[in-house]
Amino acid sequence: MNRMIREAANLDRRDFFKVCAAAGLALAAGSASAAEAGDFVANAFVTIAPDGKVTVTVKHLEMGQGVATGLPVLVAEELEVDPAAIRVDYAPADAKRYNNVFWGPMQGTGGSTATANSWEQLRKAGAAAREMLMEACARRLKVDRSGLMAVNGEVVHWSSGRRLAYGELVAEAARLTPPADPPLKPVAEFRLIGRPGVRRTDGRAKAEGSVVFGSDIRLPGMVTALVARPAVFGATLKTVDRRSALSIAGVTAVVPISSGVAVVANDFWAAQRGRAALKLDWTLPEQRPSTEDLRRDWTALLATPGLSARSQGEGDSALGKAAKRLSAVYETPYLAHAPMEPLNCVVRLGRDLCEIWTGCQFQTHDQAMAAKAAGLTPALVVIHTLPAGGSFGRRANPASDYIVEAVEVAKAVGAPVRLIWTREDDIRGGYYRPMTLHGFEGGLDAAGQPLAWRHRVCCQSIMEGGPFAGMIKDGIDPVSVEGAANLPYAIPNLQVELHSPRNPVPVLWWRSVGSSHTAFATECFLDEMAHAGGQDPLALRRALLAAHPRHRAVLDLAAAKAGWGEPMAPGRGRGLAVHESFHSFVAQVAEVTVAADGRFTVDRVVCAVDCGIAVTPDVVKAQMEGGIAFGLSAALFGEITIKDGAAEQSNFHDYRCLRISEMPRVEVHIVPSTATPTGVGEPGVPPIAPAVANALFAASGKRARKLPLGEKI
Amino acid sequence: MISLNVNGERRKVDAAPDMPLLWVLRDHLGLNDIRFGCGQSLCGACTVLVDGAPMRACSTPVGEVAGRKITTQQGLDGPVGKALKAAWIELDVAQCGYCQGGQLLSAAALLRQTPRPSDADIDTAMTGNLCRCGTYGRIRAAIHLAARRLGGAS
Repeated sequence: MNRMIREAANLDRRDFFKVCAAAGLALAAGSASAAEAGDFVANAFVTIAPDGKVTVTVKHLEMGQGVATGLPVLVAEELEVDPAAIRVDYAPADAKRYNNVFWGPMQGTGGSTATANSWEQLRKAGAAAREMLMEACARRLKVDRSGLMAVNGEVVHWSSGRRLAYGELVAEAARLTPPADPPLKPVAEFRLIGRPGVRRTDGRAKAEGSVVFGSDIRLPGMVTALVARPAVFGATLKTVDRRSALSIAGVTAVVPISSGVAVVANDFWAAQRGRAALKLDWTLPEQRPSTEDLRRDWTALLATPGLSARSQGEGDSALGKAAKRLSAVYETPYLAHAPMEPLNCVVRLGRDLCEIWTGCQFQTHDQAMAAKAAGLTPALVVIHTLPAGGSFGRRANPASDYIVEAVEVAKAVGAPVRLIWTREDDIRGGYYRPMTLHGFEGGLDAAGQPLAWRHRVCCQSIMEGGPFAGMIKDGIDPVSVEGAANLPYAIPNLQVELHSPRNPVPVLWWRSVGSSHTAFATECFLDEMAHAGGQDPLALRRALLAAHPRHRAVLDLAAAKAGWGEPMAPGRGRGLAVHESFHSFVAQVAEVTVAADGRFTVDRVVCAVDCGIAVTPDVVKAQMEGGIAFGLSAALFGEITIKDGAAEQSNFHDYRCLRISEMPRVEVHIVPSTATPTGVGEPGVPPIAPAVANALFAASGKRARKLPLGEKI
Repeated sequence: MISLNVNGERRKVDAAPDMPLLWVLRDHLGLNDIRFGCGQSLCGACTVLVDGAPMRACSTPVGEVAGRKITTQQGLDGPVGKALKAAWIELDVAQCGYCQGGQLLSAAALLRQTPRPSDADIDTAMTGNLCRCGTYGRIRAAIHLAARRLGGAS
């Protein structure tokens, strides 16, 4: 069986082990990792070679957020090795061994969980390996185990000065039974975790140009496929005239697949020209919305009560008792993720094996969806996860869209396939951050204190109809109201409601998901309440956050570092926002300059973050910097508009993204903590849009309630 | 056949002269360190140096660069290239890394022209290179660091 698969797949030895691992095949070596003979495979995450080289298997997708650095550090801390010397290997799709501990038997990356769910698992993995190496050393030297210490890749016998490198111990260690519960260091003894100076493990390869992405995989006989998909969401193929496409030199096949028509060619250039030459006719769906229609319909919805996501005190009936009332509607648009690397997937499909090379966030789900498309069992689908050139949630797709497309084409043409989305495909292809409306009614008492808060969210459900639909409770999709239903402010009467209108435009999680719009709406409206009540926005927040010390701490830190309250020149302004997402707390103060004609620049952003223990502080800082840039890009420019059922934008000229000349100075401050680490990939995003909008108000007196802000206030 | 000079090596390709240089380099010559991002000269991921000047390979017909000196990320060398790569590593500029080849090549062209650039010089020279991970602050810092190491006059 093993030989058959190996031959069928024409794999080298390392790949072969990965296949066997994914197929659940028993191996004589007892290990199913990419280990070579003689390696000490301590567990699913740690392998040590006879030359002492340590390999850490990373179960998460590296998409820029730094898991290939932070996760090995967790191992290195307990294993007592230099993280810079660790080789990083990406795990094969294997829900049992490489599941996301927070998600059950599913391997996947998302929700800023990579570090948090690995926190104990990887330290234990490192500690178990260390304990086995020490036990092996004790046996070899015939000394008591208590006289040994693991130091920098060696086990040292203190009293005699004898020392053995890990590589010298691998054979004996491999024969030992792994300890069930190896001891872990107390926080105070960490020498790597939380310390500065750890470099990214992939920094050199990315600077030198040797990193391999999914789009770099080339297999013998591989063809390139582009898919023509309907511009109108929900349209289906009526007719296709293949002749003009097939007449292009290099085009080898035109095959209808479930999402459209694939043009298959010897290279990208031919496939692209072939696709452009296709003559296609689509059957359009009856429902073809436009942004204007959605805005009109959803504005009407906001006038009616939605499902209750939270109600406390007297709810909105307290509004009648308010001395002062204010109301506002906030709006955010659909957004494309637009990672720099457009979606792509390489598939080699044999009779008994489907191999996939791609950067994907939901390996277990993608494995099942690919299996279905291939007509195989999931165990016969191998996913070689490769670093992705960004994702921001796009590669966590319940439809596994780009992967299923590649499998379908491979099945149709009988050759290895590289499927590529162009930028136009990416921008027009849907799976957007939902367009949302937020209707607020606020009431202040005679002293200017918030008395009542009613927030109606109107947001298409991301989870409805997909594999996560079970998380919808009483009609409330939790990701539609995250950041809104858990508003931390002590407002005595509070009501949050949700409308979830249906709409054919496909939506998806986009870096920080619900918080990407709820933070904008809630933090701006709270600012409105502060100004209406004649209160300083910082002072009001502090007062209302007495029961939330972590919110308060980041707020205080950001405000102090930004010089909150210090005078500014005319036309300049500061705004702040604080938001919890993914169990991390982030506050940001933005400084803007508004010119007489309303044009403005965002000059400086001061950010404070509490993510528990910051495992690799520089990566945490990078994620805040990146989150701010990503959020600012959307706050200033990001907008997909829909017309007659199709997206109107198509590439970076009309789906503008932040450029270096628009990047403010960013300072990041980390709150020291001994709490369990929480996420950092997403929490930097939510506060920036409201911080900037609040700063614009401070500078100009004009309140922006609709994103994107554009270039002028 | 079109004759190309890629990173100092002579390469012959059998491609139509209007085929974009990007796809000749990727699909015919098997180079990975040049990236497809937009296909419209909008993002800079496909930046290469042609006789030292940054060009967008996605929109450059291969026929136009026959015989000219093409440099990609891996071929970026010499004092400026080395200093930039070292600064990039030291400051951990890259996140996903996909755009970084184009960033480095644009930065190299800048430093060769302007050895001690201001922030404004950097913004002008680098504004065609998008980074969705938001590494811009570190890009600025790394260019300054490399410039200092190279001892450029201000």
